[in-house]
Amino acid sequence: MYEAIVFLPLLGCLIAGLFGRVIGARAAELVTTILLFAAMVLSWIAFARVGLGQVNARVLVATFMHSGELKVDWALRVDTLTAVMLVVVTTISALVHLYSIGYMADDVHRPRFFAYLSLFTFAMLALVTADNLVQLFFGWEGVGLASYLLIGFWYHKPQANAAAIKAFIVNRVGDFGFALGIFAIFKMTGAVDFETIFAQAPALGGKTIHFLRWDIDALTLICVLLFIGAMGKSAQFLLHTWLPDAMEGPTPVSALIHAATMVTAGVFMVARLSPLFELAPNAQAFVTLVGATTAFFAATVALVQNDIKRIVAYSTCSQLGYMFVAMGVGAYSVGMYHLFTHAFFKALLFLGSGSVIHAMHHEQDIRHMGGLKDRIRVTYYVMVIGTLALTGFPLTAGYFSKDAIIEAAFAGKNAFAGYAFVLTLIAAGMTAFYSWRLIFKTFHGEPHDREHHAAAHESPLVMLVALVVLAAGSIFAGYPFKELFAGHAVGEFFRDSIRQSATILDDMHHLPIWIGLLPTAMMAAGFLLAWQFYLRRPDLPVALARQHDALYRFLLNKWYFDELYDFLLVRPAKRLGRLLWKGGDGWLIDGFGPDGVSARVIDVTRNVVRLQTGYLYHYAFAMLIGVAALITWFMFTGGPH
Amino acid sequence: MDQAFDLPGLYPVLPEIALVGGAMALLMLAAFGGARAAGASNWLAIVVLGLAAVLVVATGTGKYEAFAGSFVLDDFARFMKIVTLVGSAAAILLAQESVGDQARGQYEYSVLILLSTAGMMVMISAADLIALYLGLELMSLALYVIAASERDSLRSSEAGLKYFVLGALSSGMLLYGSSLVYGFSGTVGFAGIARALAGGDSGIGLTIGLVFIFAGLCFKVSAVPFHMWTPDVYEGAPTYVTAFFAAAPKVAAMAVFMRTATNAFAPIVVQWQQIIVFVAIASMALGAFAAIGQTNIKRLMAYSSIGHMGFALVGLSAATPEGLQGVAIYMAIYMAMTLGAFACILAMRRADGAVEQIADLAGLARRSPTVAFFLAMLLFSLAGIPPLAGFFAKFYVFLAAIKAGLYALAVIGVITSVIGAYYYLLIIKVMYFDEPAPAFEPMRGELRMVLGVSGLFVLLFFIYPRPVVEAAALAAKSLF
Amino acid sequence: MTLAALFFYGFASVCVASAFMVIAARNPVHSVLFLILAFVNAAGLFILAGAEFLAMILVVVYVGAVAVLFLFVVMMLDVDFAELRRGSLTYLPVGALVGVVLLVELVLALGSWVVTGGVTRNLAAPTPPLATLTNTEALGLVLYTRYVYFFQIAGIVLLVAMIGAIVLTLRHKPKVKRQIVADQVRRTKASAIEVRQVRPGQGL
Repeated sequence: MYEAIVFLPLLGCLIAGLFGRVIGARAAELVTTILLFAAMVLSWIAFARVGLGQVNARVLVATFMHSGELKVDWALRVDTLTAVMLVVVTTISALVHLYSIGYMADDVHRPRFFAYLSLFTFAMLALVTADNLVQLFFGWEGVGLASYLLIGFWYHKPQANAAAIKAFIVNRVGDFGFALGIFAIFKMTGAVDFETIFAQAPALGGKTIHFLRWDIDALTLICVLLFIGAMGKSAQFLLHTWLPDAMEGPTPVSALIHAATMVTAGVFMVARLSPLFELAPNAQAFVTLVGATTAFFAATVALVQNDIKRIVAYSTCSQLGYMFVAMGVGAYSVGMYHLFTHAFFKALLFLGSGSVIHAMHHEQDIRHMGGLKDRIRVTYYVMVIGTLALTGFPLTAGYFSKDAIIEAAFAGKNAFAGYAFVLTLIAAGMTAFYSWRLIFKTFHGEPHDREHHAAAHESPLVMLVALVVLAAGSIFAGYPFKELFAGHAVGEFFRDSIRQSATILDDMHHLPIWIGLLPTAMMAAGFLLAWQFYLRRPDLPVALARQHDALYRFLLNKWYFDELYDFLLVRPAKRLGRLLWKGGDGWLIDGFGPDGVSARVIDVTRNVVRLQTGYLYHYAFAMLIGVAALITWFMFTGGPH
Repeated sequence: MDQAFDLPGLYPVLPEIALVGGAMALLMLAAFGGARAAGASNWLAIVVLGLAAVLVVATGTGKYEAFAGSFVLDDFARFMKIVTLVGSAAAILLAQESVGDQARGQYEYSVLILLSTAGMMVMISAADLIALYLGLELMSLALYVIAASERDSLRSSEAGLKYFVLGALSSGMLLYGSSLVYGFSGTVGFAGIARALAGGDSGIGLTIGLVFIFAGLCFKVSAVPFHMWTPDVYEGAPTYVTAFFAAAPKVAAMAVFMRTATNAFAPIVVQWQQIIVFVAIASMALGAFAAIGQTNIKRLMAYSSIGHMGFALVGLSAATPEGLQGVAIYMAIYMAMTLGAFACILAMRRADGAVEQIADLAGLARRSPTVAFFLAMLLFSLAGIPPLAGFFAKFYVFLAAIKAGLYALAVIGVITSVIGAYYYLLIIKVMYFDEPAPAFEPMRGELRMVLGVSGLFVLLFFIYPRPVVEAAALAAKSLF
Repeated sequence: MTLAALFFYGFASVCVASAFMVIAARNPVHSVLFLILAFVNAAGLFILAGAEFLAMILVVVYVGAVAVLFLFVVMMLDVDFAELRRGSLTYLPVGALVGVVLLVELVLALGSWVVTGGVTRNLAAPTPPLATLTNTEALGLVLYTRYVYFFQIAGIVLLVAMIGAIVLTLRHKPKVKRQIVADQVRRTKASAIEVRQVRPGQGL
């Protein structure tokens, strides 16, 4: 069964990818979607069996490689953590497949699209079922590849290509850290499979790695390196720049990869390696710091963006920061809880945005929208549900998970827990503001573009079905799972799949009551402010922006990160690349390598051929010279003895 | 004197006797049988060669000597003789119709090939310098004649004459070297020479003799700097003659080279190793570089064969059983590849006669894909690309060189084979990617057969290499 | 001994000098004549060495047949050797250098040569003393027994030479009339003549 979950999407990918032209677009869509739904059903069964029935599983698929010390198997490790991810990945993926049938209806390259989607799903499943770091890395790079392909799906658009390359390269930075982390683990423990690593982890405490005359604490270094990988994949502060640009890809892709699943791989990885992180408090503090900073930073940027998908993208970034905060303070199950609920409502928001964009004929700027609530009623409602869940409206899914994170931050013990609490609280307010800003500017008020407004139409049924299912998930994915992820059942639900901080959950349950109410208050404040700004007094934000022009521009330009990176990294790198290309490759290697060598070969050939004069006495003479040379050689080297 | 020869003593020489007797019978038949008998002479010659091969095989295993040790039949001789006989038979097949084109020269050709092959067999079995020289001359004299056999062609006559004059010079060197060796050792038998050398009372005179003898042998395998005749003769001689030149005589000359080096001069292996290393490097380099500049495919094959002889000599320079095994394998595979390639070259024939420019092959893949495929495989194999036979040939000799500690030689060999790959690949490019030239006439059945057999051998060698490899191992072992 | 030494040096120096003249003479006919002189002197050297059979063979075969054949060829072909030699001077320095180097080396190598015991021990078929056998007899005794193999191969080499000569030179020119004796003999009266009745005044 577990093999089926992982390999059904690969099968779909191969069918759609290799035979898409033969069987036609419709068949490719159907095959991949049906296989995904099958995988989804199996995943839920697996969830029930593993998570609720408390039966872990390990399935050996194949021997990956055995080389000396290094032994890597291809095994499926299915414990509760994996089961949660399986459910999230297959469910969202199945719904996105379904949705895409409608959304991509006009595209001629549908088989390719569905093949990529299934490929992504396969890679993601390989990632979450990984039994060792190498397999994890395989899945990690697999999703990176699929992400690259899907962001650049419309390869004729220059921005799409640029965004795809950017995503790929920024992820390389993170992957570099990740790979180094894996190497370090292998060096310290001699193994890459989780069982061995975790068994040996306690013994690593206090050991150091010697590097350039520094002695660095091994576990801290390993965890920080691994976390750098997670930062790249999960678009955390400093490595976040690729995620907003990734919105150049088709919207279903954004929903699946850049909201619900792939970007949470980093969170998953930290949770998976929680036995290591728990032993490295400094690394945990670092995780908390980065997570909180991201949550805050991304929320501020989202406040002023105008592209509907970019708002949601920054929101994703921000929410990922929340999850890392939970990881950092040791509340891994809480982080997973948010990952779980977030997947539903963020996918919903993206797909809803997609529906809006679909309705508006690929218009993405919310300034050109407005008043759409009557034209696309279903979309409007599901978007509102998604927003409620995202902002943490009581009893929606987001309410439980997000509040749990803020509480965990407050209860957390590490150096940056307080910092994280304050920032996540502020970010919660800002989340409410920008989310409602989006709703109000898109669906309420006067239409800004009459023509588009009049032509706006509701999406086809397949898309709506997916939206409604996700909307249901956004509401109901919270409460039923509260006990499992953040309540008293955590221990027996997750068992040994994560190593929770011993005290964090208890501490969370013994907090002052006002801590629980604060996020809701912030949410309400954000909502009211948005309402004031965008429904009652639409002139206010304009005036405010004019008044604080510098701040507005700072936020609008995303803290000038792209410009900074361009100046600091991209241009020097380009200059270096140019130098190596023209100087290193063109002049040095080509000149003295292939071109030079071939030119010399031709020279030699010309001279050698010239020796062949055709005159008999030249030939005879050559023979005599040969004999004379050999004899002379022996006269001087002395012959025998 | 010490032993009168008796009839049972002739037993190991039966194949040679069969060849010579067959040649004379064919001569009689052609002289008295008229045109019809002459027409069958090619097939009869092949039958004689086959009979000789059967007789070689029939001697089983083990070492036989005849004529007071001048003639040796051991596993090495058997292996090389079989290869040579196959090469000669294939050459006759290749010549089948081409000879018929000429008004004359038909039966003389097959008779001369038989006699030349008899010379090769004598060489291969030669265990003293006189037998070596006589075998060499018997082989060469027939070669001179058939090189010039197209009498109306100026180029053919020129080729024959050049070959003859330079061959005479090389024979002179060989004889001079032999006389020195005789003078210094007092004997012409290989075993006696080895004894004298081991005694260590020889001085530098023997080394000089060695140089001269090796010069003469290098001429026969066309190794640099004694190679100069090769391109001109290959180009000038009729193509079917060139095909013969490139195959069997090379094998026989290499065989006698191997036996002389390992049997007669074993005690001064350090000396002759230096000569062979130098000659091998020079041959590989020249074969690789000079071939690039060629436009005539026969001339290109000449440089190709020079290069291949260099590679084979790499194995000889190792002076170990593995090395000689490598050379034996190399020669067998080289011969198969060369014959197949020449089958294709012989098929380059339009209504107005044969053509031999590389450009004439343009677009062959579209005109006759099967031929182009086989030729491409043979060329890939000549270039040494796995998993074709040519790769294994090179592999064995380089491996032996490395095991013998000749790292620089092996590295140079690999580099030159990379350079050499260029011109083989160039032909393939011409065949597959250039605009088609006018079509050739359909290929004759005999050519198809030779091409098919050699192509399959080259293609499938890697599946079941054991017979050849093990036979070569036995052959090499019998030399030590 | 002194007399023999005198003759040896006489023959040897004349032989070398005439060999040099073979390649130095301007007139090709002179070259061939010098070649004959060299042969004769070599035969003298053979006699001094006690190999009278070889000496006679040299005179009979090389002087009597081969050299005379050369002479005919040279005279018939009328080759302008001066023309051929032109330009050879440009290679003289290099050629001379190589030649001198080779010569010096050979002299050095052979100068140190002494007949050691090993050499005589190794002799395959020692020459019997002249007192017991003439060397014609000695040769005859080994030629068809111990060396029959070489003798036969040499015979085959000559056969190949013969075939080669015929292959390369024999041409059946259709326009040339040949005398075929057998046909002439076979002619009968019936096939040779025809009897016609000729009427007076009309002709055939």
